Amino acid sequence: MRIMENIKSWNGILVYVEVFKSGIHPVSLELIGEAYRLSRITKEPIYAVAVGPQVEMLKEQFQGYPLQDVFLYKTAKEFQANLYEEGVENCIETIRPSIVLIGGTNEGRALAPRIAVHFKTGLTADCTELEVNEDGELLQTRPAFGGNIMASILTQNTRPQFATVRPKVMLPITADFSYETNYHTRMLKDRMLGISILAVEEEAEQESIINQDVLIVAGRGIKKRENLSMLQELAGLLGGKLASSRALVEKGWMSPKDQIGLSGNTVNPRCMITCGVSGTVQFIAGMKNTKNIIAINSDRNARIFEIAHYPICGDIYEIIPELINLIKS
Amino acid sequence: MRIAVCMKQVPTYSEGNMDEKTGVIIRKGLLSCVNVYDLAALETALQIKEKTGASISIFTMGPKTAEKVLREAYAMGADEGFLISDMAFAGADVLATSYTLMQAIQSAGEYDLILCGKQTTDGDTAQVSGALAKWMNIPHANWVYELVDVTQENIRIKYMMEAKTVLAQVEYPCLLSVEKSIFIPRMPSLKLKIASKQKEVSVITIHELEDKDPKNYGLSGSATKVKKIFPPERTLKKEIVTLEAKVAANYIVDILKGLEYIDEDIK
Repeated sequence: MRIMENIKSWNGILVYVEVFKSGIHPVSLELIGEAYRLSRITKEPIYAVAVGPQVEMLKEQFQGYPLQDVFLYKTAKEFQANLYEEGVENCIETIRPSIVLIGGTNEGRALAPRIAVHFKTGLTADCTELEVNEDGELLQTRPAFGGNIMASILTQNTRPQFATVRPKVMLPITADFSYETNYHTRMLKDRMLGISILAVEEEAEQESIINQDVLIVAGRGIKKRENLSMLQELAGLLGGKLASSRALVEKGWMSPKDQIGLSGNTVNPRCMITCGVSGTVQFIAGMKNTKNIIAINSDRNARIFEIAHYPICGDIYEIIPELINLIKS
Repeated sequence: MRIAVCMKQVPTYSEGNMDEKTGVIIRKGLLSCVNVYDLAALETALQIKEKTGASISIFTMGPKTAEKVLREAYAMGADEGFLISDMAFAGADVLATSYTLMQAIQSAGEYDLILCGKQTTDGDTAQVSGALAKWMNIPHANWVYELVDVTQENIRIKYMMEAKTVLAQVEYPCLLSVEKSIFIPRMPSLKLKIASKQKEVSVITIHELEDKDPKNYGLSGSATKVKKIFPPERTLKKEIVTLEAKVAANYIVDILKGLEYIDEDIK
């Protein structure tokens, strides 16, 4: 019984706001949107916390969002999980939120487990849906087992309830609230961390599958590594890039950078041709907003057909070479 | 120098089922193998061993059959293997799994470096490594894709962050979670395989751990509970067309023309 009462004393939804290119990472705005949606059911306040050398620059960008309090922790150094965790832990101890939402980025996923362990509480990774049940608990839904089944998960006896959500899964809200937000700026002391960053290299963005207009996607149906070259050729002909589902990344044929899905990247190109992709839940979660999906698979029961705009049952080994010839001619 | 590598036995195919009541994975009857991401972690340890003469201990948590993971690691060059196996450990979430691993690793002594694979193919969370590092109160880095240099005192690595890569030096003790691309795992050696037949596997049960309270492990030590499982919705948006290759290719060309990816004059 004591546990239950203790739980009730935790109140509010805290969003971890990630600093990205001296602004707010889009996923953090999506999480503020989701927090707002949940807060209308739970009647809880929404808080935000950000950590980093340039957090004060964010103040302006928080304007128009329905945030009661924003906590900014200034650091001397760039992101390191065992430094940033101090700020978030301090913030959580101050406000005692019931829910903490963290973006499922490389930064968020390095940070979240450390903080969840600090509070000896539950963490659900890569949620695709968040709801509050009649007891006021956060029902966290995510694909399980490579994404063939969905699981709804509760953090029952401990608080906060930690959830990470991948970019582009939730919807952001428009910043048109007139809201009196309180800002709290604190300094984190510089100390020995065991990690020293020696160099940082920005990655060229146009290389990424994320911002392509057209994507060819190779799936488990590709039986030989050499077969990827015809898909590569097709991608080149259409001015796009070749991406893949998880199966080929696990085989080592494709790089994780080219992986679409909840455990890879979320993409929404204007057009996508999937070749031998079965379409697990975890894959679909990473591409369901694609405007034109042409799916080729020899299995009529493939799940990809359920979301495809042009589901084609056929043999990729026959169709793709024909297609390449046609385009070339 | 002592290296601990965490490895997990997973179903060979990313499919499986859950117990409707407890939400725990039903592993019975599924073909199993070593989580591919963990092989990259082991290979990283072997590369470091070749440079520094480190010793490698493997920790695997699971049922008795997970001993196969240790045998495979021996055949690749691991020195020592621990099977963390007890009914009390079953059904663990991120919190309980990482706590059990911490207790088990600490029961086997002090390690300079702990290596984990990026994620498992069944749980798919990529969260246990960071949680383990926190329990051990050591720094950690995820998404490590390159080993730049390694000495007896520290290790230089590259890891991926949002739209950037970072070169960092990490002092021991620390934990690194590596990408699959960091190294291609070597093939098991027949010689080592035969030699390792005699090799022992140390079993760690709850009795070997400092904290022997079963409430802190497995399902009861987990903070999260699976409330329900359900198949994803199935609705067909468009009628599936079954087409012969030439017809299909023409059909796709027409779609691509409509989207203006190819010019109208192709027929």
